[in-house]
Amino acid sequence: MVRALRRLVAGDRALGRWCLWPGLGVLLVLTLVPGLVMAWYSLLGRDPNGDPVGPAGLGNYLRFFGFGGAGGWSGLYLGILLRSLLLGLVVTVGCVLIGYPYAFFLARSRYRALLLALTIIPFWTNFLIRVYAWVVLLQRKGALNALLEALGAEPVRLYPSYTGIVIVAIYTSLPFLVMPLYAAVERIDWSLAEAARDLGAGPVRTFLHAVLPQTLPGLAAGALLVFVPATGIYVISDIMGGGKQMFIGNLVAQQFSTARDWGFGAAAGIVLTGVTLLALLLLARRGMRASEVVA
Amino acid sequence: MTIALRRAPLTAYGILVLVLLYAPLAVVAVFSVNDSKFGVVWKGFTWKWYQQLAANEEVRRAVLNTLIVGLTSTAIATVVGTLLAIGIAGHLRRFRSSIRALLMVPVIAPDVVMGVSLLLLYAALREATGLLRLGLTTVIISHVAFQVSYVAIVVASRLSQLDPALTAAARDLGAGPWRALWHVTLPLLRPAILAAALLALTLSIDDVVITFFTSGPGSTTLPVYIFSSVRRGISPEIHALSTCFIVVTGLVILPWAMLTNKEP
Repeated sequence: MVRALRRLVAGDRALGRWCLWPGLGVLLVLTLVPGLVMAWYSLLGRDPNGDPVGPAGLGNYLRFFGFGGAGGWSGLYLGILLRSLLLGLVVTVGCVLIGYPYAFFLARSRYRALLLALTIIPFWTNFLIRVYAWVVLLQRKGALNALLEALGAEPVRLYPSYTGIVIVAIYTSLPFLVMPLYAAVERIDWSLAEAARDLGAGPVRTFLHAVLPQTLPGLAAGALLVFVPATGIYVISDIMGGGKQMFIGNLVAQQFSTARDWGFGAAAGIVLTGVTLLALLLLARRGMRASEVVA
Repeated sequence: MTIALRRAPLTAYGILVLVLLYAPLAVVAVFSVNDSKFGVVWKGFTWKWYQQLAANEEVRRAVLNTLIVGLTSTAIATVVGTLLAIGIAGHLRRFRSSIRALLMVPVIAPDVVMGVSLLLLYAALREATGLLRLGLTTVIISHVAFQVSYVAIVVASRLSQLDPALTAAARDLGAGPWRALWHVTLPLLRPAILAAALLALTLSIDDVVITFFTSGPGSTTLPVYIFSSVRRGISPEIHALSTCFIVVTGLVILPWAMLTNKEP
């Protein structure tokens, strides 16, 4: 009897190992190891041809944080990092303002399935198409200005511009906020709100104390899914900024193309990774279940 | 619901947002049949951009590359990711939360970071072994890198909702662990596995930045092609290409999304 049980458990364990290790191996090799390689490269310097050359210590990091240049401290790169974090914040707030009521609209509608499908389709359309479609809309001779001129108004200069970047970033990030939030809103226990009303709370108070707290986990998950990619923005800022707006994502990419300083690019990449890991830590601390985040 | 969430304003707002979501796509579709190379002025209806598109050799190669990469990477990632989900859910207790956190890294990390780090990995490997020139292979590997996470998360989520009694019953009746897996667990997971595969495929077809950094000459995919074109200036051929994309996506996703959202 015990022998049979032991064979049972051993068989299960063997299965477990066969299932787990290929996947875990792939994950480690393709996620952890590149990170370590990038950390290694961040310690390398640059020879006159632009190729990486022998360990140069923390020079790249010093340069990033402003030290080591001729003429004292330079806040150039830190400034870029802060701009990126600010953009992340602006985009996240924008998405929350637009997406929060929209999630309620979806969850409370009778045609929920259809509306959800309609909401998802633009999301499943190619990302790049959605970005450049906005160029077509916002450029000087674009659709928006044509409409404004037809109405007798002044044309606006939204492309290229910082505002244009924000608009497009919000547009492409919105589904990432709406989906986890919608999942939370759909599960709201309205009886709590009814109870609050019965006990005499006004509509605003009811919302703040009985409804909003129930949506916070979904909101937090969605906000995280918007903030970190927005901070590391590259394509949108490249296209909508006309190549003139520099964020940390652009900085990293630039080091691997025109500037040819892989070491510095890797260092900037590590800094950006640091932001990502910090965000992940927050996610883990709130005990968020991964399944809640990916619709 | 006695809450003061008045129906009409909320519905009006929702419709407005929905319209704004589609506005850019509609504009692209309209311009794809506009007989004018630049600008917004309507100069007549034409299919010629679509014809030019069909004849474009670069585009054809990019489409082929996109399909090869997409299907290959999705196949690999679905298998690996499903096994990973099963491995985590059923058999690993101690490191579960750290592995869950590791799974989230490709989901949250900015594309630039993933693209650059993978590029550096291939460069380092190339220096050490002389293999791995940038090409379709590196693109496929890079796509698998982020697809595995998504697949594992979707499948694990469904797995946690499965009734363990079903697998236990199979084992009680004498099935070995592999038999139980193949005949009981996997069929039960089939909808989730399909959904995960579809998600992985879409992510692969969609990807720009990671592909941009890890592809070589001749391994351009459609999004990277569009990206380079857009940087040079937008031509109506791109409008035609995009409209095709939009229509295909809509035709595939609409029924699928409505089906999956009918579930309780």
